[in-house]
Amino acid sequence: MNLKRREFIRLGGITVAGSMVIPSLITSCKGIPVSDTAAGYMDHFEVTPEQLQKVLSTALEKGADYADLYFEHTVSNATSLQDKKVNSAYSDITFGVGIRVLKGDQTGFAYAENTSMDSMLRAARTAASIAESNSSWTAPAFLELMPRTLYNVGSSWEDVVIKDKIPFITSLNDKIFAGDKRVTKVNISLSDSTSYILFCNSEGIVSWDYRPLTYMMARTVMEENGRIENAMVSESFRKGFEFLSDDLVERLAGDAISKTSRLFLADKPKAGEMEVVMAAGSSGILLHEAMGHSFEADFNRKNTSIFSDKMGKKIAEDFVTVVDDGTLPGDRGALNIDDEGVATEKTVLVGNGVLTSYIHDRISAKFYNVKPTGNGRRQDFRNVPIPRMRSTYMENGPHKHDEIIASVRKGIYVEDFSNGQVNIGPGDFTFFVKFGYVIENGKLTKPIKDINIIGNGPQALADITMVADNMKIDYGTWTCGKDGQGVPVSMGLPTVKIKKLTVGGVNA
Amino acid sequence: MTTSEKYEIADLVIKHALKCGADEVAVAISDSASSQIEIREQKIDKLQESISNGLSLTLYVQKKYSSHSTNHLKKADLLKFVEGAVAATKYLSEDEFRYLPEADRYYKGGGEDLQTMDNSIAGLDPKQKIELARQAENEIFGSDDRIISITSSYFDSVSSDVFVTSNGFKGESDGSFAGLSASVSVKGATGRPQDYWGEYAIYFNDLIKSGIGKKALERTLKKLDPKKIASGKYPMIVDNLVMGNLLGPFISALYGSSMYQKNSFLTGKADTKVASEKLNITDDPLRPKGFGSRHFDAEGINAEQRAIIENGVLKNYFIGTYYGRKLKLPPTTIGPSNLVFKTGDKDQAGLLQSVKKGVFVTGFNGGNCNGATGDFSYGIEGFLVENGNLIHPVSEMNISGNMNTFWNTLAEVGNDPYRFGSFLTPTMLFDNMDFSGL
Repeated sequence: MNLKRREFIRLGGITVAGSMVIPSLITSCKGIPVSDTAAGYMDHFEVTPEQLQKVLSTALEKGADYADLYFEHTVSNATSLQDKKVNSAYSDITFGVGIRVLKGDQTGFAYAENTSMDSMLRAARTAASIAESNSSWTAPAFLELMPRTLYNVGSSWEDVVIKDKIPFITSLNDKIFAGDKRVTKVNISLSDSTSYILFCNSEGIVSWDYRPLTYMMARTVMEENGRIENAMVSESFRKGFEFLSDDLVERLAGDAISKTSRLFLADKPKAGEMEVVMAAGSSGILLHEAMGHSFEADFNRKNTSIFSDKMGKKIAEDFVTVVDDGTLPGDRGALNIDDEGVATEKTVLVGNGVLTSYIHDRISAKFYNVKPTGNGRRQDFRNVPIPRMRSTYMENGPHKHDEIIASVRKGIYVEDFSNGQVNIGPGDFTFFVKFGYVIENGKLTKPIKDINIIGNGPQALADITMVADNMKIDYGTWTCGKDGQGVPVSMGLPTVKIKKLTVGGVNA
Repeated sequence: MTTSEKYEIADLVIKHALKCGADEVAVAISDSASSQIEIREQKIDKLQESISNGLSLTLYVQKKYSSHSTNHLKKADLLKFVEGAVAATKYLSEDEFRYLPEADRYYKGGGEDLQTMDNSIAGLDPKQKIELARQAENEIFGSDDRIISITSSYFDSVSSDVFVTSNGFKGESDGSFAGLSASVSVKGATGRPQDYWGEYAIYFNDLIKSGIGKKALERTLKKLDPKKIASGKYPMIVDNLVMGNLLGPFISALYGSSMYQKNSFLTGKADTKVASEKLNITDDPLRPKGFGSRHFDAEGINAEQRAIIENGVLKNYFIGTYYGRKLKLPPTTIGPSNLVFKTGDKDQAGLLQSVKKGVFVTGFNGGNCNGATGDFSYGIEGFLVENGNLIHPVSEMNISGNMNTFWNTLAEVGNDPYRFGSFLTPTMLFDNMDFSGL
């Protein structure tokens, strides 16, 4: 019930703390193998082109400009390990159709949880009431927009039975326990989901998508002389069952051991403003919070973003180029089409230091008279699409990682994060550091952990003084929250130096 | 769906799951209807209505456990869903502690009406809702040149649930709320501060319907042109509206699941002093018109009032059935209902008055708490306070500390419990907080 426009990101599923009960076992209860055509998806949802046109025309009967229908059928599973045993599982089915009507930048929205004509027409009439006149609309013939295939699913999660997933989970548990004598607890969750999406709109576009999403996550607890430390590791992709491999298990086990054990040496740093070096990889959280949200065009259309009057202006050094990319194959943030039936693209937000594009959905693209960027996303059919990030990263720059560290006399180096947030209007953003180091005279010295860093977006962007050539995308399970809707994203960064941020910590 | 229709589906699902080989089953079925209207620039920006259903299913099959949810309630599909769920559960490992709660712990019915449901909300005229939202914006529309954007909003929701278990629990609950809010952005020299005000109530007639836009604007204008202050230790007053953010990690540490996962800095602290004696918290599920009121918890367990913290001493944890068995601790309830605080004598102004130089925290920005160690660090915004006066807004600062020592620095509790949620936090004053700024 909090209306503050505070956008956040967090690592992990919805239930990170405490129990890690999550899903894994149900297959599509529709049981119909969907053929990869619009007709196949219409069969899946038990609708015909004529019915879709009837629903669209009802949605427009009060004189709105545009309507779209978003059908979703998502099957999710999670399988969890606790006390060295795979002893709980969770599954979920989400099924329905969201009906949206636009009149200028006004939105009417309703949804139905079944696809009977009665239910769909009722929802269409509710959404239609955003407009107040009477009109008739002639349905154009549907034009099929064939999606690309950014997610090459080798074997579909729907064809995998739970017993084939279990060995990977127990193997990860065994490897973590074998890796360090101090390990006292391991919780693991393997999640997979499969979404069937059918989209059509009053412009006559019909499109569809088959979206896999999976992650494997482990929380490791170590104890030594009464001190308890814990760390979370995960990887997430839009992949099928081939996601699970011995390599994945090795990688996660290695990360779990190293990320947990190093915490025993770490402490809080001294509080105050200082130079901050962001390590390559998940430090992309900087872009997500300091600028990404503030570039979302809904905020700018309403003039509430601190970047609202910065389009076309120089906002960073020449070597700073930031993109939001929906086209990285298999990436957690990738989408063939966004949730408004627009093909995704690689959007340059900041090109050589100049603000070149906002992040658009249909409403904002129309308002700014630009092409939509394929960023209209929604948590599910129950929510309206809004401008959202996909995979946000910075392109390589001219400096070297070692050169950047060596240039800092007194500061910190940060490399592992759990969550972040931004306050759009003032531009203040934060991210929570799970691990890093103090830098003294060009060298990494004392390890640090569990501190919040806060800065101001436009200032921090202008304060990026060095960018290395080692860009890395982070494959963690990042979920971005906005207006109560969570969507999967990814992020990346080369090593970057920021002149000044405020670091939480202790005062002498 | 009517209540008897829900019970019918629940019975059908339970029977079918038992037939497929489950030993025990619990089913919850809920439906809700909500509406939301947003007004911007004197036009409807968004109009949304939702009606949804959901079923969740917990299965115990040969000492193996799983849980499931679906909103696809078509009978044939539902039965297939149950079959698949039971079959898949058999592949899991056994867990000797997974079985339904002992039936004598269940709520047996006959409790008083807790007044959590206003039946009039479902029948409200949409025009009246739109008018209320318009009025919230009109209070301030065009009233100040610095206003960039106002979004006002009316929303309401009604929901009803039934919960049935195969060992004899059968219960229903319902709830409603209505809310009216305004969010304002203004242009300052260094940024575009934004704030909001919202009123919420379970009963439409209890909802305060005017002054919302004005209050939102007033709160926002106060935040213009913030400055950081020097890093250091200062007294901290935390506004009752956001005090719940700092309470959250402390409450999480009281869960049996957190202790079992070694993610609680309060493990093993029963009957010891964990906070200043000014801290007194009672879990009170039976308050009339409480946002967290209930006769039974998510497991069907009979709701009882319990002291959680008494004069700073930890009296009770939140222990659900499963983790109670694993931890060999007596179960209480799986989570808090209404957390009620013993209030002090002073209002917020009185607390501010008692501070010579400190920070009045009115908002948090990100940050986190390590549940295992209690170490926390949060971004904050608020005001520099000197002798009770707000000198200037502050932002872009952090606080850091450890929950184990932090609660001992609680110096005073206000007399102003939060009105809009189940954690009824008053404004609180803490000594000696570590702030990082300039």
